[in-house]
Amino acid sequence: MTEPLLAVRGLCKSFGGIAATDNVDLDITPGEIHAIIGPNGAGKTTLINVLSGLLPSDAGTIHFDHANITRASAPARCRRGLARSFQITSIFRNVSALDNVALAVQSAAGHSFRLWRPARRDPALRGPARALLERVGLADRATVMAGNLAHGEQRQLEIAIVLATRPKMLLLDEPMAGMGIEESERLLHFLRELKEQYTMLLIEHDMDAVFALADRITVLVYGRVIATGTPQEIRANPDVRRAYLGDEAAA
Amino acid sequence: MTVETPATVPQSPRLTTRLRDARTSVALLLLAIAAITPVAAPALGQPFYVDVTARIMIWAIAATSLNLILGYGGMVSFGHAVYLGIAGYTVGILAFDNITNGFIQWPLALLICGLIALVFGAISLRTKGVYFIMITLAFAQMLFFLGISVEKYGSDDGLLIFTRSEFDFGFAELDLSDATTLYYVIWILLIGSVYLSHRIVNSRFGMVIQGAMANETRMQAIGVPTYRYRLTAFVISGMMCGVAGLLSANFERFISPDVMNWPRSGELIVMVVLGGMGTLFGPILGSVAFLLLSEILSTWTEHWHLIFGPFLVLVVLFARGGLSGILDRLTGRADR
Amino acid sequence: MNFILLAEQFLNGIQLGLLLFLLSAGLTLVFGIMDLVNLAHGSLYMIGAFFAATFTALTGSFVIGVLLALPATLVAGIVIEVTVLRTLYTRNHLDHVLATFGLILFFNELVRVVWGPAGLSIPLPGVLDGSVSLVLGITYPLYRLVIIIVSLAVAVGLYLLVTRTRIGMLIRAGASNRTMAGALGVNIQRLFTLVFGLGAALAGLAGMMIAPVTQASIGMGEQILILAFVVIVIGGIGSIRGALVGALLIGIIDTMGRSFLDVILLIFLPPNAAETAGPALSSMMIYILMALVLAIRPQGLFPPRGQ
Ligand SMILES: Nc1ncnc2c1ncn2[C@@H]1O[C@H](COP(=O)(O)OP(=O)(O)O)[C@@H](O)[C@H]1O
Ligand SMILES: [Mg+2]
Repeated sequence: MTEPLLAVRGLCKSFGGIAATDNVDLDITPGEIHAIIGPNGAGKTTLINVLSGLLPSDAGTIHFDHANITRASAPARCRRGLARSFQITSIFRNVSALDNVALAVQSAAGHSFRLWRPARRDPALRGPARALLERVGLADRATVMAGNLAHGEQRQLEIAIVLATRPKMLLLDEPMAGMGIEESERLLHFLRELKEQYTMLLIEHDMDAVFALADRITVLVYGRVIATGTPQEIRANPDVRRAYLGDEAAA
Repeated sequence: MTVETPATVPQSPRLTTRLRDARTSVALLLLAIAAITPVAAPALGQPFYVDVTARIMIWAIAATSLNLILGYGGMVSFGHAVYLGIAGYTVGILAFDNITNGFIQWPLALLICGLIALVFGAISLRTKGVYFIMITLAFAQMLFFLGISVEKYGSDDGLLIFTRSEFDFGFAELDLSDATTLYYVIWILLIGSVYLSHRIVNSRFGMVIQGAMANETRMQAIGVPTYRYRLTAFVISGMMCGVAGLLSANFERFISPDVMNWPRSGELIVMVVLGGMGTLFGPILGSVAFLLLSEILSTWTEHWHLIFGPFLVLVVLFARGGLSGILDRLTGRADR
Repeated sequence: MNFILLAEQFLNGIQLGLLLFLLSAGLTLVFGIMDLVNLAHGSLYMIGAFFAATFTALTGSFVIGVLLALPATLVAGIVIEVTVLRTLYTRNHLDHVLATFGLILFFNELVRVVWGPAGLSIPLPGVLDGSVSLVLGITYPLYRLVIIIVSLAVAVGLYLLVTRTRIGMLIRAGASNRTMAGALGVNIQRLFTLVFGLGAALAGLAGMMIAPVTQASIGMGEQILILAFVVIVIGGIGSIRGALVGALLIGIIDTMGRSFLDVILLIFLPPNAAETAGPALSSMMIYILMALVLAIRPQGLFPPRGQ
């Protein structure tokens, strides 16, 4: 078996006594789309917060790409190639879409202690940023202030930002949340396209999308992993059906 | 520490496009007026305005420095006037000990400002919000009280500076004891500060500072360790404010702890907000407005704070975006 | 540095600390619950002192003066809350700083117009004048002892109010988690006004009590306000317990430092160096303490839970 790109062991995170991440083990193989599903409040977002370093973990280890990143800062993790999107869109609302992506390109291009040359006229930043906007289908919206983009466009923009950091692996927190049917459809296609290039940890509510995309699925309930397996295995797992899929027939 | 940001960041830093907007025009006009004041004011029989203008320009440099971290970085430093005092006292104390060489005084003053900003910033930037405001205030008060307690250098009576900084280039001498020379040195350094801000704000570094203000979490999540950039901005800003401090000490030939007392820091914030935070020329507009307003109100009544205090409250409640915002609205720029 | 002097200065430190606590308690609650930076809190301290001076002069009794000045300061606080501060809750910290900076300028000037620039002193009633003998041969000014006792009583009362009553529970809920208090169905607006009025009265009380020792003067509020900032930054914003610990710490260290640091420095330094460094260091000491605390715990010693 290939060595996992992301290996999580015994990860715990609690908020004042409530265990939001409870002894989670997780292995993500290079190239796979690994979906995390679970009811609201199961701790999916918390898991991504801890994996991306925005929240410190209480216990457990995280290894990514041959390195122990358990104590690494959020920026350091991103620089290692672990990039994330947010359930609630997180972009720079007061600048243009292009500026948003250019800033992420800039971050990936090394340190930013460059205080003299104008960044907005730097082709090394603008070029790749434009290409990425093109790729997510926002080329003609490049100069629009990000806060003025439609909700779906903002979600796409965030993905462009994530890709601009030149990641090895994406942590996507409900990328389709709040999107229309058509937009979701397009995004689904796009994610499938991205699969060629990136390993993904995908949180998604839309079960059809999950079962269509994921190579493996982990089910989280009350912060605990109750099952991991292929979509077929998860579909057939009686625990999952009882605890989460709400299938009365399983009883 | 996060402050709401203006709705746009200019897309092009090119001066030609900026000329069109009102605040730039007004600010450039003011700078031009300042350029001819030493000639025009005495000719109009108002020589007193030369000193007024020089003082306004010194404050404008300080406000510009604060704007760099407050307007573009969202760091509400309530102790910024401390750097006026640090630089001023460096000049004053060196002069007191008969070291009047400007090539020693000025770099040393800025170096000390930078080091102190580094220490203050390193501690205060670990905190956020209210903590940051109060810590910067407390640090500034600390040095204010230090100034008061050191009797050798005049305590709260301050320190007279008998000789202004001397710059001997060998082939020529920059004679700051000549009022007009000093005036134009101030004028040039003001323009220099604004230009430096312009470069910094539009550079990669500037993008990071502004991004960290707009969305710190996102900034971290795209791989930028924001703390070190903020700290750098804090140090640059402190040093730039130091320029104002050493100019002030030279201009007034006097330095006292009062320049770093907390109301001065409050006034600096007022100037920045009044002029329009996060705009290049806002601090110039703000310091002109603030100092002229206080000048006018105080000739009107000795108790001008009675009017100015509520005025500030009204500005906060009704005039967000400051004078720049008002100018923009008057000239129909609908982007705010 | 004999024992008697040490004990006396220690008591002075406690007295300053307790006054600081009265000021900081309101400040820290207002920060914690309303998330409002109120620079004008010191103005209430000043206003309290001037009210007490006026009412004492009118009635001829300091005690009655204080009893009248307390509700007057409370009303002043509520008026400020209702007219200005209320509109600021939804604004950012910078707006708070600016607007309340404006308020300080206004109140300082208003006091100058109403009471004159010189400040007012309050004569101590005969019964409170004089000294008492404590244990071990320590004598201590009676009035300062009264300040300590009254402040302690208020502190205990405040503690009981916050920990034992329904209002206190709401205040605590609000201080650590605003949305939770909202979810409990509390009338937040009224709670805010109440807390602000309470804070104003406490600050005013501190000003009233110190006025006979120093005098009521313009700008007295800002001096102590900045100390109170240091207190709540050290203690942890929103924490009453932190305010108490921080206030006592600052009060004692500041007072003891001013009295004894030069003597201590003499052990290490030549006399003239100690003479210069003593005052300089002692004036900076509490800020250095604050920096140390923050370097280790950026949230203060007692950060309220849930933050
Ligand atoms: N910052 C936080 N502070 C306190 N509790 C939190 C925080 N973030 C999440 N939680 C709690 O942790 C649990 C898991 O939340 P979350 O990870 O957002 O779930 P999901 O994304 O699966 O819906 C919930 O009970 C939530 O209330
Ligand atoms: Mg979630």
